[in-house]
Amino acid sequence: MHVALFVTCLVDLFRPTVGFAAIKLLEQAGCRVEVPRGQTCCGQPAYNSGDQANAKAIALQVFDAFAGYDSVVAPSGSCAGMLRVHYPELFANDPENLPRAQELAERSWELISFLTDVCCVEGVAAHWERRVTYHDACSGLRELGIKRQPRQLLASVSGLSLDEAPGAEVCCGFGGTFCIKYPEISDKMVTDKAADIVATDADAVLAGDLGCLLNIAGKLCRQGQQIEARHVAEVLAGMTAEVAPIGAPR
Amino acid sequence: MLATSRNFTAAAQAGLANDNLQRALGLARTGFPLRRRLAVERLPEFEALREAGRAIKDHTLQYLDFYIEFYESQVVASGGKVHWARTPAEACAAVLQICRSVGAKIVTKGKSMVAEEIGLNDFLEANGITPVETDLGEYIIQLRHEPPSHIIAPAIHLVKEQVAETFRAEHRSLDAGRPLIEPRQMCDEARAMLRPRFLAADVGITGANFLVAETGSSIVVTNEGNGDLTQVLPRVHIVVTSIEKVVPTFEDAATLLRLLARSATGQEFSTYTTISTGPRREADLDGPEEYHVVLLDNGRSGMIGTDFQDMLRCIRCSACMSHCPVYAAVGGHAYGWVYPGPMGAVLTPGLIGIEEAGHLPNASTFCGRCESVCPVKIPLPKMMRHWREREHAKKLSPTVYRKGLSVWAWVARRPALYHALAGTAARALGWAGQGHGRFRALPLAAGWTTVRDMPSPEGRSFHSLWAQYKKRGSAR
Ligand code: SF4
Repeated sequence: MHVALFVTCLVDLFRPTVGFAAIKLLEQAGCRVEVPRGQTCCGQPAYNSGDQANAKAIALQVFDAFAGYDSVVAPSGSCAGMLRVHYPELFANDPENLPRAQELAERSWELISFLTDVCCVEGVAAHWERRVTYHDACSGLRELGIKRQPRQLLASVSGLSLDEAPGAEVCCGFGGTFCIKYPEISDKMVTDKAADIVATDADAVLAGDLGCLLNIAGKLCRQGQQIEARHVAEVLAGMTAEVAPIGAPR
Repeated sequence: MLATSRNFTAAAQAGLANDNLQRALGLARTGFPLRRRLAVERLPEFEALREAGRAIKDHTLQYLDFYIEFYESQVVASGGKVHWARTPAEACAAVLQICRSVGAKIVTKGKSMVAEEIGLNDFLEANGITPVETDLGEYIIQLRHEPPSHIIAPAIHLVKEQVAETFRAEHRSLDAGRPLIEPRQMCDEARAMLRPRFLAADVGITGANFLVAETGSSIVVTNEGNGDLTQVLPRVHIVVTSIEKVVPTFEDAATLLRLLARSATGQEFSTYTTISTGPRREADLDGPEEYHVVLLDNGRSGMIGTDFQDMLRCIRCSACMSHCPVYAAVGGHAYGWVYPGPMGAVLTPGLIGIEEAGHLPNASTFCGRCESVCPVKIPLPKMMRHWREREHAKKLSPTVYRKGLSVWAWVARRPALYHALAGTAARALGWAGQGHGRFRALPLAAGWTTVRDMPSPEGRSFHSLWAQYKKRGSAR
């Protein structure tokens, strides 16, 4: 299968290792992976700010950059949700471009759900000696139904055990521009999230979205907690030795 | 009710700093969602019921003109009267005119959010009529001169010690030695005060959860039975409600009632479901002599046919706010008008204007929990986004924010430039942050770093590493 990686702007800027981990996992699943050069961002900041014109312009650029691949895969439920769910809504009243949006939506996937639901991967060959807890990022969970998939793959990581937090499905307060526009509310939400994580026995928190992870790791660091934060793909690809936890010194 | 939604940010900060409020919200945060989940788990067809509920409301809204007029004709046929009100002022005037016609001094009230919307209590008081709230929560906040903070639990922002204090301050007959510690004791105290007023009232005002077109009936659900006493004891019953509450048949209302109680409180059915059809008939043992319905529009009909029509499906169950992490952080008063939480974030701008209520649809992470629990599947985040689109088009959002966004978008539409800038930024930030792995403060990112650290980038952008890998066969 010929797969295009949608790197996502946050992975590109903050944590390229997640991109390489995604490629490794996809190649292990038998995919041929390419990274189209014409990509930047999915356009969510514009879309969620009510700027339809820019959101559409960026979406059209995504259509072009990702034309012709069997599948488009992003290591983020939020960006994958944009491609799968929101582009067709964005072009709902545009008969010229709607078919392109729908066509892209049908072949766009979040990484972990693609590995399990499409490639039928049942386990990975990684090892990580940790007790982890998993944060279900909102878009992945509620727009794409991602819940069981990461847990299934994590169960195959030797040495790893999962300690569920009661509030795993509650938003961490990132919300893109929300955390800048309403910092006090965001702070309250991420403080609650951190407390929920700290109350488990986990020594690491994993998630499938870098936005949430930057927020959660940033809060845990500020509080001086010794809990590491990582993208789930790094763990599944066995690449934890190659990069320090999010927010930790190199 | 006077709106203060413009002050959302300051009110939210005040809410976050209010210890009693945070204690009260902490209890509410887990209670309602847990009870709803258990109720839903006990009903395997709940999802199918949601779909049915949505279909009933969509159908009714599509033919609202027909159903609402049919409803009126049935109210008239059963001996009642409908008063159409385009605005809050018209609705208040209609209520006052009815009260005056029977020389009313005391009016008992069941909980009605539409009555809050039109500011009925203040209006009646200004006109020499004493309104007495009979729902326990409403009664408490009436004593405290506060607006409700939740559409089904109006006093949820209070802890029980505050309620006891309020009773001690306001109930002059209250024996100082009487304990007010347990909710039951406070309930008994309120009951003792309310009983004589039920009997003294000339007019009883309730809201309506549903209006049934086929029979001209109104349906009210309560858990305290105060709705019954309010509408059966006085000589006159006035239903203060709004046009989108109408449904075609009892069968439809029954479907929605099953959704309502489970979504609201996790009950299979509310304790009291009271159906009123016209005034007392000859063979009836009790009931009012007059039955009036004041039917408010206040901007709702203007939402039909727009991006916001789906909002009129709302059955006011409150599940969206009970599951909302933003509501749970700041409480209902921050929203600054009658309807808080996600449903308020969509409805309020529709009724009082996006200029006044612009913060509400912005103060959301789009986490989607509201939509996932809404019994009539209202796409709340999507409609909040539509409000943001209106704001953006009208240039109502802050200028710096719009400027920043357009610069970012301009760059994002030029991949070569974007990659060059991202590569440089990753290097610069990665270099600056390598020692600690994070920043405690960053220029231009104070909104982020005042409350949390900013993890440092690894040091190279993915695309620059990938280009290198493609050229040399190795990324690092
Ligand atoms: S929007 Fe939905 S969840 Fe919220 S109150 Fe209305 S019906 Fe209930």
